[in-house]
Amino acid sequence: MTGRRSNEPFFWSLFSGGGMVAALTLPAIAILLWIAIPLGVLPGPTHERLTAVVGHPLTRAALLGVIVLSLFHWGHRFRFTLYDGLQLHHLFGLIATICYGGAALLSLAAAYLLWSF
Amino acid sequence: MNEGYKLYHPKWHRRRMPIFWWLRRFSYVKFIFRELTSLAVLYAAVVLMAQIWALSRGEESYRRFTELLGHPLVLTFNVCVCLALLFHTVTWLNLAPRALVVRLGQRRLPDAAILAAHYLAWIAVSAIVVWGVGR
Amino acid sequence: MAETITLEIRRYRPEERAEPYWQSFEVPLRDEWMVLDALNYIKDQLDGSLSYRWACRMGVCGSCGMKVDRQPVLTCATYLSDLLPGPVRIEPLNGFPVIRDLVGDLGDFLDKLGTVSPWIVRAEEKPLAEGEYLQTPEELAAYKQYSMCINCLLCYSACPIYEIEPGFVGPAALALAQRYNMDSRDQGAAERLDSLSQDHGIWACTFVGECSVVCPKDVDPAGAIQRYKLTAMTEWYKSILLPWRNR
Repeated sequence: MTGRRSNEPFFWSLFSGGGMVAALTLPAIAILLWIAIPLGVLPGPTHERLTAVVGHPLTRAALLGVIVLSLFHWGHRFRFTLYDGLQLHHLFGLIATICYGGAALLSLAAAYLLWSF
Repeated sequence: MNEGYKLYHPKWHRRRMPIFWWLRRFSYVKFIFRELTSLAVLYAAVVLMAQIWALSRGEESYRRFTELLGHPLVLTFNVCVCLALLFHTVTWLNLAPRALVVRLGQRRLPDAAILAAHYLAWIAVSAIVVWGVGR
Repeated sequence: MAETITLEIRRYRPEERAEPYWQSFEVPLRDEWMVLDALNYIKDQLDGSLSYRWACRMGVCGSCGMKVDRQPVLTCATYLSDLLPGPVRIEPLNGFPVIRDLVGDLGDFLDKLGTVSPWIVRAEEKPLAEGEYLQTPEELAAYKQYSMCINCLLCYSACPIYEIEPGFVGPAALALAQRYNMDSRDQGAAERLDSLSQDHGIWACTFVGECSVVCPKDVDPAGAIQRYKLTAMTEWYKSILLPWRNR
């Protein structure tokens, strides 16, 4: 079973990096920004305040990292979930294209968004 | 007598993997739930992008976005998403010691140490997020 | 305690019936009996046509793996009395074509095991005159866990990916690959990586983790595979970023 080494390790590295980043950052972001603040449990930052924080180049770089890695984490994991969970062997290429392609497109959108913030 | 059987040519029985194999054992169901949390991760990334976009369009658009977040249906959905994200985090961190084996001489670093390091990292990063937003 | 227990066994006798079927047997329930003892009782006293594999009857040969109440176990290590009140369902392991009754064809596993080069690979053999390869206890500890595998294939039965993905090498074979990769005497890590880092090779594994749960020897094949993925990933990046490096 010899042959060219697959390029799967690259996608797996995005998946595992994304998984770690998502695991460490997303719960805090979700609880804070989408539950605690909208519920009024915690006072939200003013628009000015938040714009300043997000506008900082380091924050923008960090956000880009979190978003892109999370997207590719989803792409890789969901691709395998569809492939194994529904046994769609014949659609291997199509599923991969949709998942990674979708992640790539959204990543470009995020990059543009954060670049022009 | 089974007419289809040929002597000396055994017909081995191969079962077909059922489509819903993952419903057959609870451990598989947990596995699929864990894998489906990737959808929560996708959602979170997209909402984060939407929030940044709303922020960039100005005060009014950001205010409307925050109002939308407060809508009971949206809030309920986001709570479910949050639970999924927590499930992702816990299952991911709990599996870390299996993949990261650090040897010290004859012994390997106990799983508890690797686990503790990861959970501490989670707390630290969460603290940074809260500080960044709340500051 | 009850006097007897019912065993429902998945029979497959292709010369008589095209499809598998269940057959019930009533066996005595003895305190010290394992499921294997019940199977032997059936074969000796009730139905001599029952086919199954067993050998050492003490959990070291790996022959007697079967599904008991949908759980892959070694039948020589499973108490009958733990399965009360019954009936106890006994089936062959998942993932292998059934030749007859509880006997599966393990050829696919053996072929795949061959592809991981499960032996010490040396660039150059040490001449006999130089003596044996020496190994410290630390070096032994690095791979010892993975050497405990008895090839019972319970992990293959527990792994859904093995059944879904025809190219997947499987947990035990990968644990054994790691056993050699981590052996200080071995120099074959690159060669194994070539053969294993294929599209549907190790990358088909999604860390379901059931393989490690059912392993009777605590080999933890799931952990071995995840560590291997990390290795394969670093090797891939090295080959891209440092292409001049000699493997």
